[in-house]
Amino acid sequence: MADTALAAPTASPPLWRRWWLPALVFLALAVVPLIWPERFVLGLVSRAMIMGIAALSLDLILGYGAMVSFGHAAFLGLGAYAVAILFEHGIVEAGIAFPVAILVGATFALVTGAISLKTRGVYFIMITLAFGQMAFFTATSLSAYGGDDGLRMFHRSELFGTRILANEATFYFVVLGTLLGCYLLLKAIVASRFGRVLRGAKENERRMRALGFDPFRYRLAAYVISGAICALAGALFANLGLFVAPAYMTWQRSGEFIAMVVAGGMGTLHGAIIGAIGITLIEEWLAELTQHWKAIFGPLVVLVAIFARGGIVRLIDRGGR
Amino acid sequence: MSSPILSLNGLAKSFGALKVTDGVTLDIAPGEIHAVIGPNGAGKTTLIGEITGEVPLDAGTVTFAGQDITRWPVHRRALAGLTRSFQITQVLPGFSVVENVATAAQAHDGSSFSFFRPAATERRLNDRAMTALAQVGLADRARSGAASLSHGEKRQLEIAMALVAEPRLLLLDEPMAGMGREETERMVDVLMALKGRYPMVLVEHDMHAVFRLADRISVLVYGRVIASGTPDQVRADPAVREAYLGEEEFA
Ligand SMILES: Nc1ncnc2c1ncn2[C@@H]1O[C@H](COP(=O)(O)OP(=O)(O)O)[C@@H](O)[C@H]1O
Ligand SMILES: [Mg+2]
Repeated sequence: MADTALAAPTASPPLWRRWWLPALVFLALAVVPLIWPERFVLGLVSRAMIMGIAALSLDLILGYGAMVSFGHAAFLGLGAYAVAILFEHGIVEAGIAFPVAILVGATFALVTGAISLKTRGVYFIMITLAFGQMAFFTATSLSAYGGDDGLRMFHRSELFGTRILANEATFYFVVLGTLLGCYLLLKAIVASRFGRVLRGAKENERRMRALGFDPFRYRLAAYVISGAICALAGALFANLGLFVAPAYMTWQRSGEFIAMVVAGGMGTLHGAIIGAIGITLIEEWLAELTQHWKAIFGPLVVLVAIFARGGIVRLIDRGGR
Repeated sequence: MSSPILSLNGLAKSFGALKVTDGVTLDIAPGEIHAVIGPNGAGKTTLIGEITGEVPLDAGTVTFAGQDITRWPVHRRALAGLTRSFQITQVLPGFSVVENVATAAQAHDGSSFSFFRPAATERRLNDRAMTALAQVGLADRARSGAASLSHGEKRQLEIAMALVAEPRLLLLDEPMAGMGREETERMVDVLMALKGRYPMVLVEHDMHAVFRLADRISVLVYGRVIASGTPDQVRADPAVREAYLGEEEFA
């Protein structure tokens, strides 16, 4: 066998073909503030990107691990509450609050994942939904922190003692940088040995066990990584609106995350970003048009599921051939 | 005889009222190819599952390389060197052929809790995978998607995956099933080349292959071992002739 066959043994499309779309997305996001510097636009796209981080985290377990978490909004809420509650107690430093948020998300994922991952399929969906609802109702009962009404922050988190996050454009680029960082991190993870085992267990669990892998350990680790990243999105989300509420953790939002990943294209990572941005912008647009936007939005998602099987990303991919 | 690599002692398993394994006691000697034959539904695949840990036992013990592994989970047995192929092939369809084998190699090459280095360019894993693919005659298909392989090629792939797993015992469940004459011959050659290097439990219907390869044969009928011995002994056994084998195959 030729030596070259060993160097790159996995048949893969040329580099540009794999990277042009994600590169284009990030480039477009980078120039948005130059073209539309308005507060409204920066806020809207920042929100879309934060949803992108959350959707990315879900794609790791859903797209690469076949774990349909229907309680992912809980992690967003936990991250947001961690930041807002610390703020309430005078800890306004992002350098402290954000790692705490990540840790809270990871811990919740470790505990709930260890239980949920003992089940598969529809039971896993139900149990993650149950944990999500548990987090939601816990938040509504936190009367010291606003209960149903939620909790306000007086200003954005400080970044190493400075107030630079207060600037909309700066905040925008911090969110963009975080999105890019998470994307590259997850891209590396899915291609690593760990990612290979995770993907393999999705392909054929029986085979992976017979090879000597215990899928549970890898799925749990992926679930923890996913929860941690989603909580980071929550920490940013709290700062975006200077407000947290139990509404961040509704099962509808968990469903939206799934819709974002599926519509964009599962198991591609950049598909999750495209899905999140697309759905966030469409929602905003429909909400302006009519109060009954949800009646339009629902069928729209169904149409994407039918006509863009494999998501927008694969639709674009097929068009390019 | 040196101590057996695998000892089955009083294995029993029922699915409802059906006794699918009924007091199976069997020793596999190091280095031997031990064929298990018997009609469809005799419980051969179930027996393999009991050895690998996929099928929980009602009674009996499984001893592998001197250790009682009866309560070990599947993956732990696999890591200890109990390596199987499946009657209904089990590959990773979305992976390339070489990545299937590299994944098998990875299980026996340090930790898989490695998060940043791309696995696809790990030279050591790929080299081992390519060597095994060459051994089974599948090297030229290395870059193809595993899903695109023919039935016979998937069987070859399963053998390659078994070979990189540092097997101490190979459990092969009908490795020639559904293959054409030519492919069967090639598989017999592959297994012949491995004979002596790895002990094997070979479940197989193809009697030509069985008699060419096996050092010993056990005959399983309704979950019971009705005969066990050298090919000649089994060939001559009247109970076997009556219960299972067509006369012409013994001519
Ligand atoms: N999980 C199961 N549940 C119920 N019956 C089973 C199960 N697995 C196998 N059987 C039955 O056990 C018997 C033996 O099956 P198997 O071990 O596949 O036989 P063989 O491999 O010798 O053809 C068959 O009658 C089969 O239908
Ligand atoms: Mg069988």
